[in-house]
This record gives sequence, structure tokens and C-alpha cells, in this order.
Amino acid sequence: MSDLIYSLSWAQPELWLAGFALAGALVGAWVKDRGAGLLSGAGCLVLIVAGVLAFQFQPRTAQTLFGGALVIDAYAGVAKALIALSAAATLWLGADHFRRTNEQRFELPVLTVLAVLGMFIMASANDLITLYVGVELQSLAAYVLAAWRRDDAKSSEAGLKYFVLGAISSGLLLFGASYIYGFTGSLRFADIAAAAPAGGVGVTFGLVLLLCGLAFKVSAAPFHMWTPDVYEGAPTPITAFFAAAPKLAALVLIGRVLYGPFAELTPQWGQVIAALAALSMAVGAVAALLQTNLKRLMAYSSIANMGFALMPLASGDPAGLTAALLYMAIYLPTTIGVFALIVALRRDGRAAEEIDDLAGLAARRPFMAALFTILMFSLAGIPPLAGFWGKWVVFMAAVRGELVWLAIVGGIAAVIAAAYYLRVLAAIWFKPGGAALQAPSATAMTVAFIGAALSFPILVLALGWLERVANTAVGASF
Amino acid sequence: MLAAIAFYAMAATAIVSAFAVISARNPVHSVLFLILTFFSAAGLFVLMGAEFLAMLLVVVYVGAVAVLFLFVVMMLDVDFVELRQGFLNYLPVGALVALALFAELGLVASAAGQAGAGRAALSLGGPGEVTNAEAIGRVLYTDYLLVFQLAGLILFVAMLGAIVLTLRHRPGVKRQDIAKQVGRRRSEGVELKDVRPGQGIV
Repeated sequence: MSDLIYSLSWAQPELWLAGFALAGALVGAWVKDRGAGLLSGAGCLVLIVAGVLAFQFQPRTAQTLFGGALVIDAYAGVAKALIALSAAATLWLGADHFRRTNEQRFELPVLTVLAVLGMFIMASANDLITLYVGVELQSLAAYVLAAWRRDDAKSSEAGLKYFVLGAISSGLLLFGASYIYGFTGSLRFADIAAAAPAGGVGVTFGLVLLLCGLAFKVSAAPFHMWTPDVYEGAPTPITAFFAAAPKLAALVLIGRVLYGPFAELTPQWGQVIAALAALSMAVGAVAALLQTNLKRLMAYSSIANMGFALMPLASGDPAGLTAALLYMAIYLPTTIGVFALIVALRRDGRAAEEIDDLAGLAARRPFMAALFTILMFSLAGIPPLAGFWGKWVVFMAAVRGELVWLAIVGGIAAVIAAAYYLRVLAAIWFKPGGAALQAPSATAMTVAFIGAALSFPILVLALGWLERVANTAVGASF
Repeated sequence: MLAAIAFYAMAATAIVSAFAVISARNPVHSVLFLILTFFSAAGLFVLMGAEFLAMLLVVVYVGAVAVLFLFVVMMLDVDFVELRQGFLNYLPVGALVALALFAELGLVASAAGQAGAGRAALSLGGPGEVTNAEAIGRVLYTDYLLVFQLAGLILFVAMLGAIVLTLRHRPGVKRQDIAKQVGRRRSEGVELKDVRPGQGIV
């Protein structure tokens, strides 16, 4: 009993989220969709509260809760804060967007918060069942969100595709987990860590399958096929949500699994992660060159960026995990900012999602064009913007981890990727004409402005602090 | 000896019928083979001494889920044969992948023989001490409390998702509203007409 009370007291952020989801669904059933705006506001607030609580109240040493199913440590705390804040930003964006398009429903904040709860569980997972349940909770909510515009063929296609391919990845994950259980005799990460080195080829086999399932969630090539279609089909604020919080949660989970129970097997999984990173960077950079749709372009950009984030993990050195965390902290506000701008762009009463739709933006809306420029430069990694420092950190980590060939692949990919970010900017600044633009939504512009301000200069100035936070988080946990 | 024969018979049935699920041309047959697979799996559970799980599998999966599948397959007017047209074309590639997977499984199995895997996995209360249901109940609400609650939330997401994706408020549908029925007044329900003799109501 005392263990339960102790566990619940440490699991307060999760309790806030679960409580909001249940209460929100009840209130929503009562007030119907009229209360959607208010519920979304409350949802944002709860997300921020949960994120701040998780970040602010970290135990000195890692605490295992619920009989070892969950672990609360500094690493999870940092990850949860980033997840909750980026989810709050995209929820705010979504609530405003759907109010304008008259599609608001009270389930949006409830499902978003439930997905975030799943991500919190992923960040804190300490055994294979908790890991799977967290992944499923997050994914199922995401499938529904992808098909939000249910009368739109593309949105339905996105939801269905995401669901079917997600089910396959869950199958791979479970198959791998069953091998790990069979060969180590335990579901708990601590026991697996003790038994894994003697487990032989069976554990490696299970680990590779588990990694395949998780690579699907971060959309690392060759498990990336769903990303462009889902990103294009889902409503833009939902795409912004997919591009930010779930990616970080899955990456944090990969870090926890690899550096926790399988730390001894680094030679085995190091190659797998290196291959995933190299393929993702290559596929993301080359395939994006052919895209004409902004959302598809951003999908390939996110594949490439996940490749960059996975790159330092391949070394098996905790410094690599710090670098990946830092990279994601810089990448999240930038990508949310770009999607906020895509939400804000509307021409002739329809969403402007093609690159050609950006023509003449600089002349008509110079402020928007300036925000686009900062965010795209940051994504491309042009100094002195935050994106450059993110890339600098992961490249340095890769070189220090004796993965020079991977860093070279990454460098080539980054140069190719810069070409398509610049292509977007060329359309904005040098292409004349285009139809009249509608006045952008103030909320979307605020989110984009915050994203741009974080990309330059706030995160650049706070880089030292960020690195310290990431360092202590990883150092205290692994 | 008998247990070994039963195991091999049921395991073979499970594998063959699982293959039949994906190869049967008629979707109704597919579902029936699925039920057979579940039954064989339930039999395997019984052999392991997990009779509660076996009954659960039969009641929940065979009794509810598979029969529901059957209903859905029969009700949907989808030409499943058409959908399956490409199956034979992809068969060589698929077979190659499967062959590779089987080779890996063989490797793993041979390794398992040496490492003696799975010994420690069977530590959950032996069959002699408590009944199956009691053993599951003991760990489910104590050790696995968190996961149990989270599974509940997953079902909640499924419910919300089904509502979000399918519920439509159509205008003009006549529904019973008891409060409205009870609250009806005489003045709304009855109209008095003064009928003159020999003229009728126009």
C-alpha cells in the first residue's frame, strides 16, 4: 500500500494528464462541441503543468515505481518537459485552426492529452510491458487524430495507412519483446541488463526486431514509408503534433532501451543504429528534392532530421545520448514553427500547401517571409542559427565516437538538404505573383514567432544551459 | 508421451490453420480457420497448465471476437477475391523473405538448445499451489496495476476514436425525447375545431 501511495506521489504529471482526459471527456459529453475551445485551453494548461512538474520535481537518484514498472529520473524529466511543451503548442495551434475551419470537436484536447500520457509512459518505461503499453496508447490516439477530417479522402487514407503500418510495427515490437523475454527470463530492464550478455543470438535477434518496431515510430528509413502520406493527409496542426512530440518520445525510448538493459550489447546494436541513421539521412535528403508539396517536403525533412538525431547514438557512449537530446530540443521548436506558418498560409480560402503557393510572399507579407527564412535557415543548419549548433553537437559526438564515415554521410546529406530548404526560400523571395493571401491567424503567427525566436537567438544564447541540463539528465540516469 | 503427441498435433494444426487463414480464397473460410487456430492455441495453453487462459481464449476470442469478424465479413459487400489478386504474384518474393526468417529462427532455436532459454520464465505460481485464476488475479492487481490501468485508458482511446470517426449528428432524424413527450401541454397537442353541421372540416 505504501508503495502505491509513494508511486502515485511521484507519478503526479501522469495523474494530471489521465485526470484531465477522463474529466475532459465527461465535460465534453455534457457541453458538446461548444466547449471545445475552452477544453483545449484547459488541455494546454494541463500539459504545461504536467511538463513543468515533471521537470521541476526530479528525484536525486532514479526512483522505480509501481513495483518496477516505471522509472522516474532526470532523463525522463527533461524528455517529458519537452514533450509536454511541444504538444501544448501544437494543441493551441490545432484548437485555433479547427475553430476557423469549423471542425472543432472536444475530443481533440482529450485525445492529444492521452497521446501525451502514452509518451510520458514511454519516456519512463522500465519494463517491456510498460514500454509496449505506452507506445500503443500514444499510437492509437495518433491514428484517430490523423483521420480527424473524416470526410476528406486524404485524411482518411492517412489514418488508415498509419493504423495498418503501425499495427505491423507493433507486431515486430512484440515479437522482439517475446524473444528478449524468452532468452533473458524477465521483462524488467534491470534483470534484462543482467541476463542480456549471456543471452547470445536470441537476445540480439529480439533486440533488432524491437528496434525495427521503434524505428517505425521515429520514421527512420527504411521504416519511413508511412511518413509522407500521413503528413500530407492529416490536417496541418495534427501533422505539426506528429512531427514533434511523438518523435522525441520514441527517440528517448530508444535511448533508454539501448543504454539501459542493452548497454553491454553495444557492438551489436551500434551497427543497426548507424545503418538506420545513414539510410534516414540519405533518403530524407534525396527524396525531398523531388517534392512539390510543403508538407511532404517537411516529412522527408523530418526523416533526415531523425537520422541526424540517431547518428550520435550509434557510438554507444552516453555523450551521444546527450547530443541527441540536445539536437531534438533545438529541432522541435523549429519544426513546429514551420508547420505553424503552413497553418497560417491560406490563399483563396484554401490551405496553401504547395511550394508554388509561396510565390510573392516576401512582397505581400514580409514578416511571414522573414519568419520562414529564419526557420528554414535553422533547419538547413546555417550558422549562427540554433540548427547549426544542433548539427555541430551531433557531428562532434559522432566523430568522438569514432564514427567518421557516418559523420561524412551526414555532412553530404546536410548539404543536399540545404538545397531544398533554399528552394522554398527562393520561391518566397524571388518568385513573383500568386493569388491574394488571407490574413493569417494570430495564434499560428504567435506560435511561428516563438519557434523562430527560439531558433534564433534564444536557444543559441541558452545553449550552454541546455547542454548542462541534458548532460546532468543523461549522467544521472545512465 | 501422450502430452507430447497432443502438443505436436495441436501445434501442427495451429500452424497449418494459420497459413490457411491467409491463403483461403473465401474470407468466411479464413475466419473459420482463424477460429481453429485459436482453438489449437487454447489446447496448447491447457497442456501448459494454464487452463484459465485457455478458457479465456475460447470465450473471448472464439466466442466474441472471431464471431464478430464473421459477421463483419459476411455483411461487408467487398469483393475479397479481387483484393487478393496480387497474392500469387508476390508469392516468390514473400517466400524468399519467409525462408530467410525461418533460417534465422532455426539459428535461434539451435542457440536456445545450448543456452537453455526460458527456464527462468516459468516462475509464476506453480499449478499445485493456487488456481490459475487466483494466481493471475494476485499479480494483475498488484504487480501489474499500472499496466492494467493503462490498458483501460487504451480501451478508452479506442472508444473515443470510434465515436470521433463514425458518429454523425444528422438533422431531421426522429428520436424519442421522453422529457419533451411528458412536458407536452394540452394547448400544443389538441386543436379544437368548431365543425358546422353539414359542412365538414376544410
